[in-house]
Amino acid sequence: MTVTPRRYANAVVLSVAGRLDQDTCDDFRVELMKHVEQTARDGGAIVLDLEGLEYVSSAGLRCFMLASRQAKTQHGRIVVASLQSMVAEIFEISHFNLVFQVFPAVREALAATSADALAAFEKK
Amino acid sequence: MRVRFWGTRGSIPVALTSVDIRDKLALALLEASGRRFDSYEEAHDFATSELDFSLTHTFGGHTPCVEIETGSEEYFVCDLGSGARPFGVHVLAKQARRPATVNVFMSHVHWDHIMGFPFFGPAYVPNTKIRIHGCHDVLEQAFRLQQAAPCFPVDFSQLAANIEFVKLEPDKPYVVAGLTVIPHLQLHSGDSYGFRFEHEGKSVVYSTDSEHKLENRAEAEGFAAFFKEADVVIFDAMYALAEAISVKADWGHSSNIVGVELCQMARAKHLVLFHHEPANDDATLESLLKEARRFEELTRSDHALKVSASYDGLEIEV
Repeated sequence: MTVTPRRYANAVVLSVAGRLDQDTCDDFRVELMKHVEQTARDGGAIVLDLEGLEYVSSAGLRCFMLASRQAKTQHGRIVVASLQSMVAEIFEISHFNLVFQVFPAVREALAATSADALAAFEKK
Repeated sequence: MRVRFWGTRGSIPVALTSVDIRDKLALALLEASGRRFDSYEEAHDFATSELDFSLTHTFGGHTPCVEIETGSEEYFVCDLGSGARPFGVHVLAKQARRPATVNVFMSHVHWDHIMGFPFFGPAYVPNTKIRIHGCHDVLEQAFRLQQAAPCFPVDFSQLAANIEFVKLEPDKPYVVAGLTVIPHLQLHSGDSYGFRFEHEGKSVVYSTDSEHKLENRAEAEGFAAFFKEADVVIFDAMYALAEAISVKADWGHSSNIVGVELCQMARAKHLVLFHHEPANDDATLESLLKEARRFEELTRSDHALKVSASYDGLEIEV
């Protein structure tokens, strides 16, 4: 499991690749929480780009939930984008699509969270 | 072994309303539009084979009460929720005036798990033996308390049966009338205990009112060992996963998805969703079952897991 950050103005896009399960969720959580604090300070959002995520277990989904809760307490926000079909189905089966905003692509996610971030994304 | 479900709902009993029944009838008629049935049997076959389970059945019903039949003269039952009332009727009918011996295994003493006992007919029959097994120190106190005035007109001390409380220790095997039982501590307010039953090479796990903290690998491995290769795992699947780990985190219950994951880890054969949320109607419970089955398909490796949802009246031959 790898996490690659890209910053666009006050938003951070975290590209998550591999499998997110009980074996990898601790490392993912540490990495994610670093960005939650940073983006909350900047008044921005985190977009989880899940194009490279092959599988997410309940433990991985719980990491998303805890990070989102943490972000909300700091007036931040986490959304997800570009889900592979299997991960998209797991989101629906677990009803995570009801508690997370899911976007078809990173561009749409940035457009919904920050005009500055979208402008920075379009420039690159 | 045979498992018979007398009560499958969590928290509080639920009954179908007139509106629910009318809704099921209307939807069934819509499904049957343009069809012609010349006999009751044809209509029955159509309902059985073509209509959704949630239209032709109800999940029920009563709060937890699950019987395990081993072929012994004695009875074995997990929890005495409101399902204990029809279970008691069954015992009395089967005994035909002969006194019964009933072995009860209590997951915990929250109200929904003991509320059927004041209505358990055999408790009023002289010479009936009722042995209530459990790991809680407060077991007897809870049973006496719910029948104390002013809550119930018959005090516990007035019951005619010979009632004995048997304290069990977690993770220690016991043999009760030929049935091996192993209790296991679970995460729930005031603690709860699951039970693994083994008889003639078959195993059934009863694990309700049990929350699973997903990041805790040791906890997951402990439950995988408890469920290991079980023929049937009766599992607290009260919520969808998102609900279980967000607004209802720390409420002491689990989800259909975690049930699939733990049973896959354990290489169990049959997961039975149990302790249904009282706010969920039959259609919602059927959706949760379909979602669990789809999740099992998506995540299956070399081991297929059968997934069912329990309902009052379900019987499983093990």
